Amino acid sequence: MTDPAAAGGASEPKTSAGTPVGRRVFLGLLGVGAAGVLLGARIQDWLERAVGPLIAKDGTGLASLLPIGRFRIYTVTGSLPSRSHADYRLRVGGLVDQPFELTYDELVAMPATTLHRDFQCVTGWRVPDVEWKGVALGALLDRAGVQADATALRFHSFDGAYTESLTLAQARRPDVIVAYQLEGSDLSDEHGGPVRLYVAPMYGYKSCKWLDRIELTKHVEEGFWEVRGYDVDGWVGHSNGRDDAPT
Amino acid sequence: MRRPDTTPTSAATEPAVDAPLLRFDRVERTLHWVNATLFGILMLTGAALYAGPVSAIVGHRVLVRNLHVYSGLLLPLPLALAVLGRHGTRLRTDLGRLNRWTRDDARWFRRTRRDDVTLGKFNPGQKLNAAFIAGAAVVMLGTGSIMHWFQHFPLDWRTGATFVHDWFALGIWLAVLGHIFFALRDGDALDSMLGGTIPAAWARRHAPLWYEELRR
Repeated sequence: MTDPAAAGGASEPKTSAGTPVGRRVFLGLLGVGAAGVLLGARIQDWLERAVGPLIAKDGTGLASLLPIGRFRIYTVTGSLPSRSHADYRLRVGGLVDQPFELTYDELVAMPATTLHRDFQCVTGWRVPDVEWKGVALGALLDRAGVQADATALRFHSFDGAYTESLTLAQARRPDVIVAYQLEGSDLSDEHGGPVRLYVAPMYGYKSCKWLDRIELTKHVEEGFWEVRGYDVDGWVGHSNGRDDAPT
Repeated sequence: MRRPDTTPTSAATEPAVDAPLLRFDRVERTLHWVNATLFGILMLTGAALYAGPVSAIVGHRVLVRNLHVYSGLLLPLPLALAVLGRHGTRLRTDLGRLNRWTRDDARWFRRTRRDDVTLGKFNPGQKLNAAFIAGAAVVMLGTGSIMHWFQHFPLDWRTGATFVHDWFALGIWLAVLGHIFFALRDGDALDSMLGGTIPAAWARRHAPLWYEELRR
C-alpha cells in the first residue's frame, strides 16, 4: 500500500496537524448509541431467539456474563421491597366466603407445584427454562370459597404501588401459582420474594412481585401497567403487539 | 560526550541528560484520578446490579443503585470544571492532541512496521481509548437516564437503552482493563500521572514530536 504523503505528515510537529478522528469516533459512538436505543428492542428480540438457547447450553459460565437470557430487576417504586419470612402474611379476601390469612410457613406447608418454563418479559428479554415452586392459585381460591358474583382477581403488592389482575378462569389454570422458590432457592427480594405470583403463560408484568393481598372482584380491574397501556390479557406471543414463542 | 553549552536549535539531536518534562499538570492529574474513582464506583456498582452472583454477595440493592445513579450523573462535572477557565489550558491543548490523528497514527495501527512512525504526545491507542471512553460515557449517561426515568419514554426505548447500556458497559470494562494493563507495563508513564513529570529519554523515544515541540 502506497502512502505518498506519509513522509510529509510525519515531519509536521504542530498539534493542530492531522484529521479530527477523535471527534469522529466520539460522534460515531453517539450515533451508535442513539440507533441502539431506537432499534435495540428488535435486536434484543433477535439475540434472545438466536443466541439465547446457545448460551443456556454453554458450560463455561462465561457466556452468562453476556446481556442475553438473564433476568432484569424492575421496581416501580424507589425502593426495593423486603419482608422477612416471619413477618410475611398472604391475605385472601374480597368476594369470598372465608377470607383468610396465611403465614409463610403455612403457605409452604400446602401441596406444592413445580414448573419449568421460559420467562418472557414484554420488554424483550427471555430467560430459558426457569424452575418455579409454589402453591397453585386455584387451591387458595378453593380454600377461600369464591362467591358466585366474583369473576376476577386483583393482586396487591406490598411495594404499595403495584397491582395486577386475572380473570377467574385464568387464575384456575394449573400453571398459575403463588411462588416462593426460584431455581431451588428461596425467592430473593429482587425476584419479588418472599412470595410472588407466577403466571407462566403470560408476560412477566402479570406475575405480581412481593404479593401481599389477593382480592376477588366483580370485574377485572386494570393493574399498574394495564392502566399505562399494556394488554390486560398478557398471553406471551398473542398480546402487546409481540409474537414471541409461547412460554 | 556532554556539551552543556548546546543551543536550543540543535537540541533534538543532543543525547545529553535532560531535565524531566512536565507531562500532566495538576489539573489534568486531579481530573484523571477523580474520573478514575468515579469510573471505579460505576463499574463495580454496575457489576453488582448486573451479575446475579455479585448482587447476591453485595446485597443492599437500593444503596448500590443510588451510588451508581448519582456517580453517573456526577461524571460530567469534574471534566467541565477542569476544562473551563484559565487553569484548563494544558488540558484543552491535550484534548486537541488526542483529537487529531496524523498519517503516522493510522500507520501505527496497521502494525507492520512501527519503527518508522513518528508519534506525538499521545500514541494512537491512547487517542482511540480517549475517544471511546468519552463517547461511551455520554452514551451511558443518556441510556442510564432513560433507564432511570423510564416512565417518560416509550417501552421500546427502555429496552433499547438497557440493551445499549449493557453492551457499552462490556466495552468500557475491556477498555479500562486494557488501559490499566498498559499503564502498569510502563512505569514512567504511570509515575507521570502521579507526579506529573516524565524523563526526557521517555519522551524522545515514545513521543518524539512532542519532545521536539518542547525543545523548540
